[in-house]
Amino acid sequence: MTVATAPLRILIGKVGLDGHDRGVKLIARALRDAGMEVIYTGLHQSPEQIVNTAIQEDVDAIGLSVLSGAHNTLFRRVLELLRAQGADDIVVFGGGIIPNEDVPALKGAGVKALFGPGTPLDDIVRFVKELPRSR
Amino acid sequence: MNEMKERKPRFTSLSGIEIHRLYGPSDLKDWTPERELGAPGEFPYTRGIYPTMYRGRLWTMRQFAGFGSAEDTNRRFHYLLEHGQNGLSVAFDMPTLMGLDADDPLARGEVGRCGVSISSLADMERLFEGIPLDQVTTSMTINGPAAVIFAMYLAVAEERGIPFDRLGGTLQNDILKEYIAQKEWLFPPEPSLRLVTDVIAYCAQSVPKWHPISISGYHIREAGATAVQELAFTLYDGLTYVEAAVKAGLTVDRFAPQLSFFFNVHNDFFEEIAKFRAARRLWAREVARRYQPKDPRSLQLRCHAQTAGCSLTAQQPLNNVVRTTVQALAAVLGGTQSLHTNSMDETLALPTEEAVRLALRTQQILAEESEVANTVDPLGGSYYVEALTNRLEGEAQAYFRKLDAMGGMVAAIEQGFPQREILDAAHRYQREIERKERTIVGVNRYVEREEQPIPILKIDPEVERMQVARLSELRKTRDPFKMAGAVAALQEAVACGENVMTPLIEAVKAQATVGELCAALKEVLGTYREPVVL
Repeated sequence: MTVATAPLRILIGKVGLDGHDRGVKLIARALRDAGMEVIYTGLHQSPEQIVNTAIQEDVDAIGLSVLSGAHNTLFRRVLELLRAQGADDIVVFGGGIIPNEDVPALKGAGVKALFGPGTPLDDIVRFVKELPRSR
Repeated sequence: MNEMKERKPRFTSLSGIEIHRLYGPSDLKDWTPERELGAPGEFPYTRGIYPTMYRGRLWTMRQFAGFGSAEDTNRRFHYLLEHGQNGLSVAFDMPTLMGLDADDPLARGEVGRCGVSISSLADMERLFEGIPLDQVTTSMTINGPAAVIFAMYLAVAEERGIPFDRLGGTLQNDILKEYIAQKEWLFPPEPSLRLVTDVIAYCAQSVPKWHPISISGYHIREAGATAVQELAFTLYDGLTYVEAAVKAGLTVDRFAPQLSFFFNVHNDFFEEIAKFRAARRLWAREVARRYQPKDPRSLQLRCHAQTAGCSLTAQQPLNNVVRTTVQALAAVLGGTQSLHTNSMDETLALPTEEAVRLALRTQQILAEESEVANTVDPLGGSYYVEALTNRLEGEAQAYFRKLDAMGGMVAAIEQGFPQREILDAAHRYQREIERKERTIVGVNRYVEREEQPIPILKIDPEVERMQVARLSELRKTRDPFKMAGAVAALQEAVACGENVMTPLIEAVKAQATVGELCAALKEVLGTYREPVVL
């Protein structure tokens, strides 16, 4: 068994204080059903907790859900901490209530993709399947 | 034969109930209007809790609002009151909802973002500047720290010389649905229930016109529940609070007339109307059977309704105005006592002033132009609506039996039961949309390639810096000994099982902050981590 055939490992997380977990859980289920190894963090995670878990669990990517309006701060903080730990090969993507006008700056900061309300689950699964492996 | 052909092999309600081609007398075989309907204002209240309903008084138009600093939200309150709204409803930001101060490291980036930031008594004073607390009713959507925020509201009233018995409003204070759906808790379920009961007891004693709890299905539905699950879990939560208050020594008539409910109104028009009717009947029957109250008001289910945020789409946002109108009409035909209509831009951000005004105008058009408020329960006696009402009531009772068998709601929550039921329903619904078995206009049909952007509300990051600076100033200038003494007295009272409200009011008057008080309560009551259900 070579590393390349091992399933992708994805951390799916709720960063920040909001408790809206309907979308994030459906995405975690869809990725798991698509054969990936999904680590779901549970709610109310700080950026530090997200990054520590991602490194400990040796994931390929981090998918974050933010519906509180704090996306500009929280995504940037996660990216910053990943860089500080030398783990910026881990892809960061996300979704939630994120106005279109905030998207270019977040992508510029290093967020690979942002999925808004109404995105089909299959689109997200396809995106994740095509990700490069960090391990 | 061709004229018998139908568009689909099977028609189902949004909650998955199979819907027949036609409803008639055979669907209401054992049904009698005397037993199942009664007159409006009479048991079992299916047709409404008041004899005249909207002929006597229209529903209260209550738009939920809050963003930025207390001053920002205060301006929005004045704006809404000037445009004909008659009740206030406060949305707090995430740090406040989680019992954290604006300067807490966990609050970074969240201050004032999805509600107003309230950390201190001074913030509360600014929030209600120029608003006569004895003339408006105020609803506050706060749960984990509900007792703390309520203590601040009472302290503001006291400063202004307004007696507590002239205060009207509602505290959401429904912690069970936090564990089930909204997920903003501070303490474990049992100690949280005790805080809820303390607020109920305090209001029964001292704030008689206040609704100490708003037992909420709204968030349960938003998390993905069906109409049946929303109805069942919400009413069962209600029965759990009644039981807790009775166990704490209150008689049911002492507090039950002050209980209130809060429902979602989703897209399935008739199912939603039936849900409101079934809720009133089931609540009246269950409370009568379990507690035999003497005061008929103890049996009346009063409710607020809000159109379904989760039904709105980021695509073609103007379409949301139409969705909201249909949902609002269902709430009115269902007999709600107050209503919030969502704004079209809420899948993108908090609403702009213009969007909120349009949402309020939607209600005014229904109330004053459509003539739907001319008669009570206009759909009563419809074979379809009565059959659906029966069906929803029956399915909710089946959930009641399951929950009873599990040892009650707290035990069910600890086993992840309602959480799993809701997640499974959300999953089914999402799959139905993706397979195009259900249409969402603009999302899976009638998609536009180019979306026209609409203006959205921006929150100034300066709000966070200002709140942090104000708190730092407060901590320097208040009397630290007085504050610490009041917090210690609070902890002692809680540990001894005394009612939390009086020492809390003293502590907020001594300038203890929301974060400090919640941290102090956690030391006594503990913290909670949920069983993760996937």
